[in-house]
Amino acid sequence: MIVGDLKPIEEIEASIRDCPRVLVLGCRGCVTVCNTGGEKEVSVLASQLRIASQARREQREVREETIERQCDFEYIEALLPQISDVDAVVSLACGAGVQHVAEVAAGLQRPIQVVPGVNTTFLGAALEQGVWGERCQGCGNCVLEITGGICPIARCSKSLLNGPCGGSSEGKCEIDPEVDCAWQLIYDRLSVLGKLENMTRVLPTRDWSTSRDGGPRTRVIEELRK
Amino acid sequence: MSTDSRLKRLLEAGEFVVTGECGPPKGANVEKLEKKAQCLIGYVDAVNVTDNQTAIVRMSSIGAAALLVRMGLEPVMQMVCRDRNRIAMQSDIFGASALGICNMLCLSGDHQKFGNHAAAKNVYDVDSIQLIDIVRRMRDEGKVECGDEIDGVPRMFIGAAANPFADPFAFRVARLGKKINAGVDFVQTQCIYNMDKFKAWMRQVVDRGLDQKVHILAGVTPLKSLGMARYMAKNVSGIELPDALIKRMKDAPKESRAREGIQICIEQIQQLRSIPGVHGIHLMAIEWEHKVPEIIKDAGLYPRPA
Repeated sequence: MIVGDLKPIEEIEASIRDCPRVLVLGCRGCVTVCNTGGEKEVSVLASQLRIASQARREQREVREETIERQCDFEYIEALLPQISDVDAVVSLACGAGVQHVAEVAAGLQRPIQVVPGVNTTFLGAALEQGVWGERCQGCGNCVLEITGGICPIARCSKSLLNGPCGGSSEGKCEIDPEVDCAWQLIYDRLSVLGKLENMTRVLPTRDWSTSRDGGPRTRVIEELRK
Repeated sequence: MSTDSRLKRLLEAGEFVVTGECGPPKGANVEKLEKKAQCLIGYVDAVNVTDNQTAIVRMSSIGAAALLVRMGLEPVMQMVCRDRNRIAMQSDIFGASALGICNMLCLSGDHQKFGNHAAAKNVYDVDSIQLIDIVRRMRDEGKVECGDEIDGVPRMFIGAAANPFADPFAFRVARLGKKINAGVDFVQTQCIYNMDKFKAWMRQVVDRGLDQKVHILAGVTPLKSLGMARYMAKNVSGIELPDALIKRMKDAPKESRAREGIQICIEQIQQLRSIPGVHGIHLMAIEWEHKVPEIIKDAGLYPRPA
């Protein structure tokens, strides 16, 4: 899933200053699952914004909505009446959701600020209750079949492809004793799988054009296009 | 293909070589660099010029290495994968070659987290093993990474690092094997304090015949003080400093600890000379370049061959 962190309330406040009517908009997708931008978080943030306005003796109306997905126009368009009626939307979706809402809002008659309430951080997975870890960087050229199902691009601090650097110590990465060395994990996994020969092969330079380096990416399935 | 590298010539002649190290200044202070380098003339066969080591911004390794060439020293230009993509790397290799630099060391590079620009974006377009492969193909096939022909082939003697003390230990020799397969000519190891572990690593190297395929220079760093010994033991990832050495530094009278550190280093060099497969030492006297003549003389490695 896409994981994110709620922005500091001061930062959100600063971005909607002078907006008397605000809609806090949640998303039932990834950000609900990682407890960042679902219905519950919308409610908490909306309350905080109301309290902050009251403390400053400002008139501000803060509304709350949560839609199925902010990364799909159809769900956003269903909410058009509520959006067209406010001065600002604080989106608690990932960056993709914020941009989609902003695009819809830009087509409306009045100028409506659409601001992010979340810092989108990574593509990750739940490791335990309340803990998520980065697992993928969307590089567009998966090597997990070689590395025993552990991604060196996302999980090695240097995205190395040919084994651990000199900073691997007792299973940990040199950058932080809390961070696992991805290549130690890969080594251990390949040992279990009886595929250590994957470690001794020199992996050639990669074609990063499948990643962000090749410019913004678009995926098209022709038969689904209307 | 041949290069103009004296380091290569000496290693191939079977000499026990000595490489030194020179960290460029945190600015354009040429005088400071030349002062450091001056201490090394005549005492080492080549000098590593670090590439923004520990991710702290310094004079470029290519610029500093070119200044060393001007002084008559033979540099080993370090190049890390942290700051450059393959376009910049290959361009700099052409430039380095044009400036008379004929040895380079291909490194991953310390993560920028350790340096003075922790907010920087890192590159890691290629890793150190891929960089070795790129430089070898540039030299031996006359082609850049994409396959285009080169106009004026850079004749680099290609080095890399090896850390026998990093984990997983069982993979460390295999990683050296990968570097050899990629085309490395010589390796310099991380500073060795745990001699037993280094010997165990070297046995694996020799058992696999890898010492016949690559020149191994054993890394040594003299301890300047008890504080430095403790710091290295505790804070430097990939360095193993046995308690016995810390005790030895501690037991020495305070005023003679620097000499004790040098004495330890000399003993290490002597032990290293007797280990099969070791073709030289890489002496990293960090901010202690002026002690290099003393160490090299007392270790019986002076004068250096022509």
